[in-house]
Amino acid sequence: MNALLDALAGTGRSALAFCRVAGQLALFGLAGLFHVLRPPFYGRMVLRSMLDIGYFSLPVVALTAIFTGMVLALQSYTGFARFSAEGAIANLVVLSITRELGPVLAGLMVAGRAGAAMAAELGTMRVTDQIDALGTLSTNPMKYLVVPRLIAGTLALPLLVVVADILGVLGGFIIATLKLGFNSATYLRNTLDFLQTDDVVSGLVKAAVFGFIIALMGCFNGYNSRGGAQGVGAATTSAVVSASVLILAFDYVLTELFFSR
Amino acid sequence: MTPKLRVRGLRKAFGDKQVLAGVDLEVAAGTSMVVIGGSGSGKSVLLKCIIGLIEPDEGVIEIDGTDLAGLDREARDAKRAQIGMLFQNGALFDSLPVWENVAFGLLARGAVARREARARAEAVLAQVGLAASVGDLSPSELSGGMQKRVGLARAIAAEPAIMFFDEPTTGLDPIMGAIIDGLIVDCVKRLGSTAVAITHDMASARRIGDHAAMLHQGRIVWTDRAEHLLDSGNPVVDQFTHGRREGPIQMELRR
Repeated sequence: MNALLDALAGTGRSALAFCRVAGQLALFGLAGLFHVLRPPFYGRMVLRSMLDIGYFSLPVVALTAIFTGMVLALQSYTGFARFSAEGAIANLVVLSITRELGPVLAGLMVAGRAGAAMAAELGTMRVTDQIDALGTLSTNPMKYLVVPRLIAGTLALPLLVVVADILGVLGGFIIATLKLGFNSATYLRNTLDFLQTDDVVSGLVKAAVFGFIIALMGCFNGYNSRGGAQGVGAATTSAVVSASVLILAFDYVLTELFFSR
Repeated sequence: MTPKLRVRGLRKAFGDKQVLAGVDLEVAAGTSMVVIGGSGSGKSVLLKCIIGLIEPDEGVIEIDGTDLAGLDREARDAKRAQIGMLFQNGALFDSLPVWENVAFGLLARGAVARREARARAEAVLAQVGLAASVGDLSPSELSGGMQKRVGLARAIAAEPAIMFFDEPTTGLDPIMGAIIDGLIVDCVKRLGSTAVAITHDMASARRIGDHAAMLHQGRIVWTDRAEHLLDSGNPVVDQFTHGRREGPIQMELRR
């Protein structure tokens, strides 16, 4: 009986802790959005964050996209050949990349690279009193550290996804034409004929949401880290894991929204 | 005469632990107050409450006779903009070169253009004995003593009316500690600022402070001129300043 009560109490404590963190995260996000609209604005910090999140993530996102497009073409050929539907490979590659794989894989890669870096940087600033020091220098840490990253994340990821979409389709094109013997003009025509503006736009909207999530989780975990090096490490891990899970969860929610339109 | 800084009945608890249990403190304009106390006695918490980094549970904090809690956010921020702070570990911004660290407050207030801020930063660096070329270095390239000097330069760059020093000599050798103390005294006198320092370094306390106060069990238990630190007549202060193992502080630890 006692063991059952202990288990229930433990579950209750975990549920309460989860609710508390969810509430703190919601307040943190709302505070960030509120400060986006109020001066002062730190344009240099936004540009710096755009470079960190966008430009420096370009190689890893590009490689991920091109290999994903290549694998997708190969795998779909294996399946479609059984039904003599090889002609649909171009359609499948372009739809999968633009709607789904481009934004999700770019989001996961950026969460691992830039989200972790954000949490580590802010966490280190927290435990070395740098965030407190900002407060004594007439600077709101939320405005100076968090808002530029939220803006940069929201703007940079769609730009990365445009690149990922192009390279993902290119990967499929390379495999289809060089390895599977497709006619390049036919493959391109199939790709462009089947692609609709909504496919690309829905992917870019997803990317913007994912970029915001990555920046929010990186900043939230770093900003609230405690306890020295171990705390910073825990914050970094938490930022990556929570951003990755939220990206997949919101991917479903957004897909459901776009699908039901 | 209204003191520059007055703290009355300041209380702060973290969970069950009552760190500040009704602190009363006054600092006259243009003077230096050193608050001493053991590790974990709440000195840093007191400082952070005064400068607004921690919200106290109760109590009044007045600057120039104005209760900060009674002001709206903008007026409170304006009052706190008069404050400069030297953090224990320097708390320099890793991502910025030294000169931008020093000029950060000026740039943040939009008081000066970047070119002028750079010139001001170099002038302030010279005041703390650092060459202009140091301005281009990253904080991670500096020694502990140089980081403290840069932190001091950052604290005085905006010529604050009140300055706070959190353990200014911690981690420094005695000679560098004396140099930093000398720079602090020079800067405070030159700017005519009011200063509050917290430390458990007695040599530093006597060098920096006009007055001293002892924080013990969450309250100020003694205050007098700093030259009386070593012969205060208060058993708690005497034990602390002479570093004796036996006395009221140790007896409480044993209980």
